[in-house]
Amino acid sequence: MKDTVIEIKNLSKSFGDMHVLKNVNLDLYRGENLVVLGKSGSGKSVLIKIMVGLLTQDSGSAIVLGQEVSQLKSKSLNELRLKIGFSFQASALYDSMTVRENLEFPLVRNVKNLSKGDKDKLVEEVLEGVGLIQAINQMPSELSGGQRKRIGIARTLILKPAIMLYDEPTAGLDPITCMDINNLINQVNEEYKTTSIIITHDLTCAKVTGDRMAVLLDGHFGNTGKFEEVFEHAVDGRVKSFYDYNFIEQ
Amino acid sequence: MAENLKGNEKVFSTRIDKFFVGLERAFNFLKKFFVEVWVPPYEFKEVIRQCYRIGYNSLPLISLTGFIVGIVFTNQSRPSLSEFGATSWLPALISIAVVRAMGPLVTALIAAGKVGSSIGAEIGSMKVTEQIDAMEVSATNPFKFLVVTRVLASTFMIPILVLYTDFLALMGAFLNVNVNEKVSISTFFVQVFDSISFLDISSSMVKSLVFGFTIGIVGCYKGYNSTKGTEGVGKAANSAVVMAMFLIFIEELLSLQITNFFRQL
Repeated sequence: MKDTVIEIKNLSKSFGDMHVLKNVNLDLYRGENLVVLGKSGSGKSVLIKIMVGLLTQDSGSAIVLGQEVSQLKSKSLNELRLKIGFSFQASALYDSMTVRENLEFPLVRNVKNLSKGDKDKLVEEVLEGVGLIQAINQMPSELSGGQRKRIGIARTLILKPAIMLYDEPTAGLDPITCMDINNLINQVNEEYKTTSIIITHDLTCAKVTGDRMAVLLDGHFGNTGKFEEVFEHAVDGRVKSFYDYNFIEQ
Repeated sequence: MAENLKGNEKVFSTRIDKFFVGLERAFNFLKKFFVEVWVPPYEFKEVIRQCYRIGYNSLPLISLTGFIVGIVFTNQSRPSLSEFGATSWLPALISIAVVRAMGPLVTALIAAGKVGSSIGAEIGSMKVTEQIDAMEVSATNPFKFLVVTRVLASTFMIPILVLYTDFLALMGAFLNVNVNEKVSISTFFVQVFDSISFLDISSSMVKSLVFGFTIGIVGCYKGYNSTKGTEGVGKAANSAVVMAMFLIFIEELLSLQITNFFRQL
């Protein structure tokens, strides 16, 4: 029996007249990497933001680690958030802080009685993991897009989350850096034993990192399954064009 | 309601709706500040950092402006007083004007421009680049870390900057009076302190606290509610300055009425 980590049931979300998610259902099982694909504006990011309580659904439920997110009080929600790592599309590094301070930020606020030595050790360990120990004293503005992504991921890893949510991890990066990030996602999954949702419209990223694909079309999950099942034998014209466009483009 | 109206009526109705929605949002923001300010954990380190940024970084501009205001105001007042042969009243006139109104007002307006816009732009850019969301998902209360600390810092620092501006404006005035009327520094400051009362200083300090709070809360509110990417950041910074200046003048007017009421007691 598979252990369900995230359970989305009949979830709907609208912004004004725009119905982004319509009765969406989705399960995420422990240890898997689920890739959610879809066009820009299809509601992929909205879905994962609901999972961490940054947005609230109009109806339905989002159950994460056995808890309905929208029902949680501030304290319980924060406790749940500590078990989830969220890598933002634009990295969301704090501009006014160095890389070290960025990494220390969640640490000093959430881990009690941590000595300076322990703090430094944890920061250095995570930075070494993403291969950017040399950037420890740099400001985010001095880093490249790929480096910022790595530091963003490192910042989420410092609290050793059980679930990782990646929002467009390869958006705006060159193909080589994209590959590095894809490998990093796999490395994180192996080392930290995380369960992940990867939001993307990059099929190479999906193929390399995902165990299972879910395609979001017009507010519903159209196709779910392994990459080959979803794309290579796609019947739905929208999924087929998505596949063709990605690989013809490359 | 807006759906059943047409043309101009609909536009007008939408604007009224927006105004009240905005008012409610601003009220809730203010309410949230007064709740969060008492709830631990307290971000003392960040408050100190913001005090340094707001206070120390504003010093060069405030120093120059305060000093020039003192010189210019003295120069502009001299002809009127000399018509009555009352140039000896210059120190008294200037001290009353500086302590009661010009010091707090000039400092607050400069801080609204410098500090208010910087808070609005900084928080606005953090909002549009999802840095505020990143704080929230790392189980940190962004309102407490960003808003409460900045509002407290500007509330504490503006009165200190006002005292500093008052001092420099009086020094500028002394320089002018000394050159033209050959008045010594001791005579000048004896006249200055003879003409101002405890009520003048205390009302000036209370007013400065309110100005500081206004600059901080308006800057944070505009930044926190900014939308539409980089364009929104610019708008947030701009409207933070305009709104803070507008409120400062209203508060100045109100404080004048209140102080006059106490003066008559």
